[in-house]
Amino acid sequence: MTTPEMIHRSEAAVSVELQTPDMTLNLGPQHPSTHGVLRLIAKVDGERVRDVEPVIGYMHRGYEKLSEVRTYAQITALVNRIDWVSGFANEVPFILGVERLTGIEAPPRAQYIRMILTELARISSHLVFISSYPLELGATTPLMHALREREYVLELIEEVTGGRFHPNFNRVGGIKPNYGGGSTTKKQSMDLPAGFFQRASEAMDRMDKICDDIDQLVTGNELIKMRTVDVGVIPAAKALEYGLTGPNLRASGVAYDLRKIENYLPYDDIDFDIAVREGGDCFDRYMVRLQEIRQSARIVRQAIEKIPTGPLQAKVPRVLKVPKGQVYSRAENPKGEFGYYIVSEGGKMPYRLKIRSTSFSNLTILPWVLKDELIPDLVAIMGSLDFVLGDVDR
Amino acid sequence: MNFWLELVIKLVAVLLTVLTGALVVIYAELKAGSHMQSRIGPYNAGGRWGWAQPLADGLKFLQKEDLAPAEADRAVYGFAPYVVMMSTIAVFVVIPFGPDLWAADLDLGAYFLLAISSISVLGILMAGWASANKYSLVGGLRAAAQLIAYELPLVLAVVAVVIQAGTMSLNGIVEAQADTWFTIGTFEVSAPFLVRGQVIGFVIFMIAAVAELSRIPFDMPIAESELTMGYLTEYSGIRFTMFFLGEYASMIALSAIAATLFLGGYALPGIPDSLANFAGPGVLLGKVAILIFFFIWIRWTWPRLREDQLQRLAWHWLIPLALVNIAVISIFKVAF
Repeated sequence: MTTPEMIHRSEAAVSVELQTPDMTLNLGPQHPSTHGVLRLIAKVDGERVRDVEPVIGYMHRGYEKLSEVRTYAQITALVNRIDWVSGFANEVPFILGVERLTGIEAPPRAQYIRMILTELARISSHLVFISSYPLELGATTPLMHALREREYVLELIEEVTGGRFHPNFNRVGGIKPNYGGGSTTKKQSMDLPAGFFQRASEAMDRMDKICDDIDQLVTGNELIKMRTVDVGVIPAAKALEYGLTGPNLRASGVAYDLRKIENYLPYDDIDFDIAVREGGDCFDRYMVRLQEIRQSARIVRQAIEKIPTGPLQAKVPRVLKVPKGQVYSRAENPKGEFGYYIVSEGGKMPYRLKIRSTSFSNLTILPWVLKDELIPDLVAIMGSLDFVLGDVDR
Repeated sequence: MNFWLELVIKLVAVLLTVLTGALVVIYAELKAGSHMQSRIGPYNAGGRWGWAQPLADGLKFLQKEDLAPAEADRAVYGFAPYVVMMSTIAVFVVIPFGPDLWAADLDLGAYFLLAISSISVLGILMAGWASANKYSLVGGLRAAAQLIAYELPLVLAVVAVVIQAGTMSLNGIVEAQADTWFTIGTFEVSAPFLVRGQVIGFVIFMIAAVAELSRIPFDMPIAESELTMGYLTEYSGIRFTMFFLGEYASMIALSAIAATLFLGGYALPGIPDSLANFAGPGVLLGKVAILIFFFIWIRWTWPRLREDQLQRLAWHWLIPLALVNIAVISIFKVAF
């Protein structure tokens, strides 16, 4: 027997529109293009990505908490592991913050050496991007060429600091004295290794050369342009809204570079340009980084010319006690603004250390920028934001 | 000769050509690719120049466990690699290596070739579906869409050659290219179809061939940065080896087809007919090697396209161009 209710129900079932359910595609935490252990839960409709939810924290190492039970000198060893492709650059804002708290100022020569090494770290970080980004688009060859040149930069860093990735070279009030360096007098043996400037300027010539090579291999490549131009466009307003910094922001046309704004290392003495592009697409983000390699090479060359002589270390008490207070210290890292908020209650260890890591802030735009893109573009856009998972999770 | 004996000899010859050829191409790719990337590449395997690297890789794959996902459709999953391999090997049946060196000379050789080589799509779709993996599924669907889109320009490019040669038999096509084109005084000039107005057809055929092979810049079905390994994601051990060998064997197959259709096959102007049976295989392999080098060169230079860009290239450019090519070739054929 059919009741009116049953008829009504069957009619309702017929009039329901046929819907194809979206497929949930899980990318990561182990996936070839997520640069580590980022996990993306993507709702896809065919090849079109409807929604993306990034899941982070797979690499959380608790550096903020660990810092609370370590002395300031020990923390530099932790912080250069945050963004491991530009280890030296992570130390600088932290040590500058501690110096501001204690009122100690590093001598100019130490400041210059810091600046040179920061720029070397920037080149090395951008070369990793230049090498891995075409790889994400399927071109394998630029990887080898860019990484080969990066070795020259890493060797320079190793010569000075003893470490290729994790220099742990900054000290409060200066830099670590170099005992393996020159040969003649004690004063020289504390300084940079003999012949460093010569090798550094040769390496910078190589950087200009590899930028030209990469221009030919990647920038001028029609297929690369097809894959990147007008893909993943981030307008300047959106970039600011989501707190993007560094090359990702500059690619959207905002000339925001802490090296010009914040008065920290002797960047005032150096003549360099901020690399800015207007489009805000993947190609512009790539181009900004390529330009920055050239600019960094320029900075290193000028710094070699202008570096003053003098001590490397200011007078620092044997047991460093930082007075009570708090400071936010930031610097322009290869990936953008990198900041440390240090709270000191007095004593040898910080009460609290908040790390404003660049990749974390840059990653927040992912759900917005990946919405309604294709799966291949998802990879292209994600790669162009250039994040490091250690920097995201800390 | 006994029919069965002849069949066995032909089978063994074709199989040996395909499998050793695939190993040689794998080695060439390893070596050429690494030199383009300022690396040395395989160096120690086999004592010198790493010549045994493909063999060592193959042995390693054979030792691996042959895994199948729990959800997989096991029969289809297991059968898929052999479908791909079979369609590749069957192509070699009709390719002539000399005036009398062929496994079968079919009247519809070109037709057979295109029909049998497109069966591999089926194998890839089977692999993508049966793996019960989302990456595999997307990869398999991409492969199907891509291979259908590029089958058309491929066929249309071949049609132009068939019109010019006036036959579908591959032997006949080679002979048509070896025939006298024109004479200067008493000197008879013969030239492959590439020189005789098939430039556009050849370019279309080669682009479509790269897409058929799913190699960079058209390797979206595999696209490891997006889909981990596409339809190959779940395969391991001997079945993966089948796909892998099949991919390189079909590289040889498509190069051999291109060489036969556009570059004169086993014939080389200047080689007398009496020597053709001996020099033929060498000439054909030389032409194949040149084409394969182009495949390798492209692979290590370019990035990958996007699926929609690939479809646009096929439907907006290659297919109309191929149709125009057919029209022009036909007009010339009738007019002259």
